[in-house]
Amino acid sequence: MTSNTATAPDIKAKKRSARPSAFKLLARNQLALMGAAILALVIALVLITPILPLPDPDVTDPAQRLLPPFSDGHFLGTDHLGRDLLSRLLWGTRVSLAVGISASLVAALFGSTIGIVSGYFGGRTDNIMMRGIDMLMAFPYILLALAIVAALGPGLMNALYAIAVVNIPFFARNIRGVTVGIAHREFVDAAKLSGKGHIRILVTEILPNVMPVIVITISTTVGWMILETAGLSFLGLGAQPPQADLGSMLGEGRKLITTAQHLSAIPGAMIFILVMSINLLGDGIRDVLDPRLKSGALARPAPLTKIDRSDAGTGHPVDDDTVLAVDELRTEFVLGDDTYKAVGGVSFSVGKNECVGLVGESGSGKSVTALSLLGLVASPPGAIAGGRVMFDGKDVFDMSERQVRDIRGGKAAYVFQDPLSTLHPLFSIGDQLVEAIRAHNAMSYKDAWAKAVKLLGMVRIPNPERRAENYPHQLSGGMRQRVGIAMALANEPQLIIADEPTTALDVTVQAQILKLMNNLRTDHGTSVLFITHDFGVVSEICDRVAVMYAGRIVEMGTTEQVLGNPAHPYTKRLIDCVPRLGEPDRRTAAIPGLPPAVNNLPAGCAFADRCERAEDKCRVGEISFDDLGDGHGVRCIKPMEAANV
Amino acid sequence: MHVYILRRLILMVPVLLGLTVIVFLIMSMIPGDPALAILGSYATPDNVEKLRADLGLDKTMVEQYWIWLTNMLQGDFGRSYSLNRPVLDEILERFGATLILAGTSLVLCTIFGLLTGVISAVRQYGWADKALTFAVLIGISVPSFWLGLLLMMFFAVELRWLPVSGMYAIYGGGDLPDLIRHLILPSVTLAVVATGIIARLTRSNMLEVLRQDFIRTARAKGLDENRVIYRHAFKAALVNVIPVIGVQAGFVLGGAVYIETVFQWPGIGRMLVNAISTRDILLVQGGVVLVAGSYVLFNLFADVLQHLLDPRVKA
Repeated sequence: MTSNTATAPDIKAKKRSARPSAFKLLARNQLALMGAAILALVIALVLITPILPLPDPDVTDPAQRLLPPFSDGHFLGTDHLGRDLLSRLLWGTRVSLAVGISASLVAALFGSTIGIVSGYFGGRTDNIMMRGIDMLMAFPYILLALAIVAALGPGLMNALYAIAVVNIPFFARNIRGVTVGIAHREFVDAAKLSGKGHIRILVTEILPNVMPVIVITISTTVGWMILETAGLSFLGLGAQPPQADLGSMLGEGRKLITTAQHLSAIPGAMIFILVMSINLLGDGIRDVLDPRLKSGALARPAPLTKIDRSDAGTGHPVDDDTVLAVDELRTEFVLGDDTYKAVGGVSFSVGKNECVGLVGESGSGKSVTALSLLGLVASPPGAIAGGRVMFDGKDVFDMSERQVRDIRGGKAAYVFQDPLSTLHPLFSIGDQLVEAIRAHNAMSYKDAWAKAVKLLGMVRIPNPERRAENYPHQLSGGMRQRVGIAMALANEPQLIIADEPTTALDVTVQAQILKLMNNLRTDHGTSVLFITHDFGVVSEICDRVAVMYAGRIVEMGTTEQVLGNPAHPYTKRLIDCVPRLGEPDRRTAAIPGLPPAVNNLPAGCAFADRCERAEDKCRVGEISFDDLGDGHGVRCIKPMEAANV
Repeated sequence: MHVYILRRLILMVPVLLGLTVIVFLIMSMIPGDPALAILGSYATPDNVEKLRADLGLDKTMVEQYWIWLTNMLQGDFGRSYSLNRPVLDEILERFGATLILAGTSLVLCTIFGLLTGVISAVRQYGWADKALTFAVLIGISVPSFWLGLLLMMFFAVELRWLPVSGMYAIYGGGDLPDLIRHLILPSVTLAVVATGIIARLTRSNMLEVLRQDFIRTARAKGLDENRVIYRHAFKAALVNVIPVIGVQAGFVLGGAVYIETVFQWPGIGRMLVNAISTRDILLVQGGVVLVAGSYVLFNLFADVLQHLLDPRVKA
């Protein structure tokens, strides 16, 4: 890479956005680094112990017994036989480290072998081996080690074997899991077809791929193994005198706990420091090699999206007939050094008893717009960077958390796309409805339940009394979406914000849900903001439509205007994507190219790169949103003529 | 529900059988002749032969296992030669003390583990989270037998607030307050590691759950944040943590071996350590089977609890 100087800057630029190297990531983790430093220090110390000017750890001197720390010639004092504690500590650490590491390597060797063989061959081999592993895991951890030591007799080597054996299941299970995942991948099949034997495939194809998991498992278990071998020695079942490890030193010190506390405090502290530094390093290694497991990576979304009011704009007067007025709304996501402008200045309004459609491809910002209205965008990483949302005459972004909460599910309610993931899996649907009702009404549980059943009946769920007891997973997709709608209706909202409520459903159910929503709208006089990517759905339910592209509205008008007379080339292409009944030969052309990334929007029109009508001036400056008359507007410098349709 | 418990009980039988096979196999690894070991090196060959026949050592392994198993099922765990009493009597007596200790610890680590994890998750990256995360890291790294000694030195030897060791005071003790006073240090020590593990897992599960769509739904309903966190998120996180609490029962039962030794608690762990030192194999066998068996039962309990909380779980 460095030899080719001509392309070096290029590669550098690419590298910056890519994931940093594992080593860099590890170095960035301060705690892991601290652990590594302490561990390195201890290891260095025990490596040079034989050449340090220390007294023999096993030479007794009754005249010098039980000296406290910092005594002359004995930095950490002496034990009950007058042996130098510092010397014994370092030699003991050597033994403990060696035994702990050996035990992990033995456990890793046997456990990984079992895991790889089991995962690769699968079937009966897998079954038998894993049942055996399950049996081992049915024992309380240290108890099995005790049983093994009981059989083999006390001693350091036997303790090592015992600890290794009880850790084999951890390796076997982890490694098997990963092996199963890759045993049927293409490169393994290719190796099989090329005539490689099983053993060669295991060693050359599987092993390199499971190695990171083996390393993670070692790094997370070696601390434990040092601890447990020390524990066995502490109980007198490991290292036997005169040989000493940290555990047996601690065990001896225990007997003198009232007279010479340093004898137990010091070796124990050493075990603690060792295990802690290894755990710190192990956590770091795990985070780097397996970022999915990273303990702190998931940021908790706040109850209300972060709002920056510095760029709120002045807003426009809102008339009484307008339920919702959105003005220059901007919502951004900050991920690392990148800012994704998911919503880049969106304005529209929804009148009383009106249904407005918000249409666009996935990633156009329509769902984020919907969630921004009541501050439901996950934050971090999301934040509302500017604009206003006037609901019922009041500025939502100026409200307290409590005030927004009163609107949510009260005067304005959401219906989400996939009700299997948006309904709580562990509460009955009746309970979830009751909660929605009682969040806004002081009502007894019993009355709320009765109302919940009534709501379920209203959305045409058969047998609502019994269905209310069901859990979401017991209902069909269409049924669940009805529950979602019932929940939105719980407090007779003025506005329902429906975020792709029919996308996950099949066509007949979709038609039923649309009919239901239309009926509810006419019966209750509710306004609806309907988010969808489907113009077919729009034509059935919406009075007006706004088309979004790359975070902005590119065209807006009545459904007839936009569908019958699209002015923006993007709208036209979108409409062409919809197949029409009875016109099997009609061209349903996909739009070439992809929408631009919203962290790197081009100047001018965001659609220019995919537009066949684009000119040079399309790529300069800000394209304004122009009124075409009769409430029809478009963000395009050369809108399509009616004749073009 | 009943069907589920029944099925789990039936599924437990092979696990328990496998457990006894493993114990039996481990014990048969013992080098040398147990008869000779019991009688000592001055035994006559006749006596050794007779004892071998008494112990069933002249039979095949399978026969020996079968005899051992059927005897155990009839309550005959053999006789401890070092204590000269039936193994069953001894282990049941000791097991009571261990259950008190381990049970208390399990309650402690469940309560504090869940609490710590939830607080940590809710205050993510705040000072409370950082302090707790660090405390948890210390908790899972500290050797429990050393921590026990430190606590004993400080609270019992220096401050004299609590008794140094044992389960009851030798003079004038024996009532519940006395037991509780003796229980505090060992049960807290034993709970520390498990608390750390449960706390870590609760924290990461809570953070995971709080990003789920159904939490957004709960917020969209207009629920207040406490209800969202403590009812919606906690319940969803809890069902994932419960199996781990089941596993912690094993760590606590195993860790009791150290703690009972440190605090001279008259439980089965200390008995096992003594039995290993005196090579009282029948006592070790009986103790291991009993503790492991109760661990299997406890895991069954945890599974049933998870099943109760999570209607989706089907075994």
